[in-house]
Amino acid sequence: MLDLLTGFVAELRRAGLPVSLTEHLDAAEAVHHIPLEDREALKYALGATLVKSSAHWRAFEMAFEIYFATRLPGDGGAAGEGEGEEPSGAGAGEAPGAEGRAPGQRRGGGGGQGLTPEELAELLFRALQRDDPGLTALGARYAVDRYAGMEPGRPVGGTYYLYRTLRNLDLDRMLERLLAAAGGETGSATALTPLEERLARDEYHARIERLRRAIETEIRRRLVMDRGAEALSRSVRKPLPEDIDVMHATRDELAELHRTLHPLSRKLAVRLARKRRHGRRGPLDVRATVRHSLSTGGVPVEPRFRHPRPAKPEIFVVADISGSVASFARFTLHLVYAISSQFSKVRSFVFVDGIDEVTRFFEGVDDPAQAVHRINTEADVIWVDGHSDYGHALSVFHQRWGSDVTSRTSVLLLGDARNNYHASEAWVLEDLQRAARHVYWLNPEPRDYWGSGDSIIDEYAAHCDDVVECRTQRQLEHFVGDLA
Amino acid sequence: MSEPSSGAAGGADAGGGPAGDRAALGLPDSGPPRFQSVPGVRRDLAAIGYLADEGIAGVVYLADRLAKPVLVEGPAGTGKTQLAKSVAEMTGSRLIRLQCYEGLDESKALYEWNYRKQLLRIQAQQVADAEPSVAGAGTPRWKELEEDIFSEDFLLTRPLLEAIRAQEPVVLLVDEVDRVELETEALLLEVLSEYQVSIPELGTVRATRLPMVFLTSNNTRELSEALKRRCLYLHIDYPDLDREREIVRTRVPGISTELADQVARIVRSLRTLELRKPPSVSETLDWARTLVVLGIESIDATGARDTLNILLKYQSDIDRAAKELLSADS
Repeated sequence: MLDLLTGFVAELRRAGLPVSLTEHLDAAEAVHHIPLEDREALKYALGATLVKSSAHWRAFEMAFEIYFATRLPGDGGAAGEGEGEEPSGAGAGEAPGAEGRAPGQRRGGGGGQGLTPEELAELLFRALQRDDPGLTALGARYAVDRYAGMEPGRPVGGTYYLYRTLRNLDLDRMLERLLAAAGGETGSATALTPLEERLARDEYHARIERLRRAIETEIRRRLVMDRGAEALSRSVRKPLPEDIDVMHATRDELAELHRTLHPLSRKLAVRLARKRRHGRRGPLDVRATVRHSLSTGGVPVEPRFRHPRPAKPEIFVVADISGSVASFARFTLHLVYAISSQFSKVRSFVFVDGIDEVTRFFEGVDDPAQAVHRINTEADVIWVDGHSDYGHALSVFHQRWGSDVTSRTSVLLLGDARNNYHASEAWVLEDLQRAARHVYWLNPEPRDYWGSGDSIIDEYAAHCDDVVECRTQRQLEHFVGDLA
Repeated sequence: MSEPSSGAAGGADAGGGPAGDRAALGLPDSGPPRFQSVPGVRRDLAAIGYLADEGIAGVVYLADRLAKPVLVEGPAGTGKTQLAKSVAEMTGSRLIRLQCYEGLDESKALYEWNYRKQLLRIQAQQVADAEPSVAGAGTPRWKELEEDIFSEDFLLTRPLLEAIRAQEPVVLLVDEVDRVELETEALLLEVLSEYQVSIPELGTVRATRLPMVFLTSNNTRELSEALKRRCLYLHIDYPDLDREREIVRTRVPGISTELADQVARIVRSLRTLELRKPPSVSETLDWARTLVVLGIESIDATGARDTLNILLKYQSDIDRAAKELLSADS
């Protein structure tokens, strides 16, 4: 068991989770105290001792499932769904209703081949309608048999198999069918009210989600059996949420990022407010000290200090929102606005080849996403052809708003500085730097690409206080934390 | 800090029992285990009205066996504090609570010298010295005085020290530990890892009986690695549908099964919307209680709209929920 655990810890570290030696030892002690055949208990014991952040839980879960998929003794029954070699074993036992409809199931692993697509759809439909875990697992196995078309030995993570299976199952139509059936069941006379319909929809949605996960687990289990846990965990390893590259994030990853953005901004705001309040002690407050010393008979035991009130900076955000860096700009705008209480004033400007002020879109809006949406549709940022032109955008900025930049202002420029070979107009930055407190440039491109092709970041960099590579949430958080 | 890890390493290699390890480390014996098994913990918690899931019960059980503090994180209102209270009730222990806030310091968390009393003592001595008839000897004996004013009589114990010194079983709850500054967090480390408090004038106070320790955090900032390393980590999220329904049924007397089911389902749907503050378990319970008091048997759109403000605390959230869930029949 200790070897097994050491291997697992090594696997977690490879996935990027910070696991210290102490935590490893705790885990080793923890497994003494739990029944090893209970897979869930093992998972929670390891989770409690090894993973100290909820953001890492998903990565842990994935690593756990793959690593222990084949290694635990006697895991068949304990693991519940998705385990056990023979589909006709546990699954069919829990689901007597499947007997009649699934003629092929006694043939073991390849049984699903015997079902026609209609029969399979019917099976899944029943499973979802009755919310029967055994039947769902069985259905998931058949679906994978039938549609995934898995080829042994290919070094893939299974995403494609999952996609192929789900496309064939057409779960959206399944949802409609379930809803229709629900309406027919209850509402003999009256139709469902919108509230009921919504609730039913969410319920079925949750069930379908469960089916999807069952299918995913099933595919992963087969991949493990095919290629071994080591190889598979290498292919499915994903960056932790804070390390996702914003520029190349998938849609799911972006959604994940936005979920973490809200707590992140709150965290930053708290930290900044605290830093400001407790950053330094102010001068001795004689009056308060004397007043307080009365309670100790005039002996000034506790000196009192004034709180310093450092000035909050003003922020001008100038963001490129052309296609190449749009997701990054959106992300940064979100963050800056989420902590705008930490700045005395935030003004934002977006450009492609024209430039427009968009501060008004954020005013009185609770939800930054809505504001960003309005920016994308309403802001006037196209001047000629809709390709980035930093030079023109900057000179217009200088002409229209340049006089607003004062010595309290920090200017943040966001963009990759890929100028499509237009003139750079770097003198604007030179001028801005003279007027503003700081000029920073956040570049979402990897540092190695800077200055290649039409990137003219080096020309601008000469006039910035700092140019920061800012590709992940971690880097952005770090930067904003230093800024305020 | 290297001592505990090396000691535990020896124990793990030799495969020795945890009690032996603790003795080797010079830690007080954790006493007989409080719980027999994970399902037992779950059953006992359920008996006093706290429905734990597998993970929660498992971590509580391990916390006792490993004699480690539990760091509980999760959204507000999911029963983090309640867990500590329930465990205290279940084990028949006294609950000692340290509510953290910004600016919490040693003198509020650990101990403080009662300097007013000390001053009085010194002044009394001066008076005594001035009147030889009252004080027999007459010469000021500073050494004696010093020993006197730094004795336990002048010590004000604060929650952490109190938990360590307690003779009876206690559960220590450090609530919202993320509110203290990073520097103050370090105060907790000695208590949490070695269950002792060092007082320069008195020496080290060790626990005679290990308390169970729960720390809760709302995750407003990242806690330090050092603190996390010393704790077991438990993330309590919003419960799933079945558990929430059971919680509603357990905590709200007189609610019908149908209503509880409906409440749980509506709340789940609300949580899938992107709200500023999704409804928490405690708000769900408040809502369910309101419905029972109002005598509503089954929630329809109007009933839901009129009571939505109990569940959601932002006007924008209420508008949004009404629009998404109840719109068509207004």
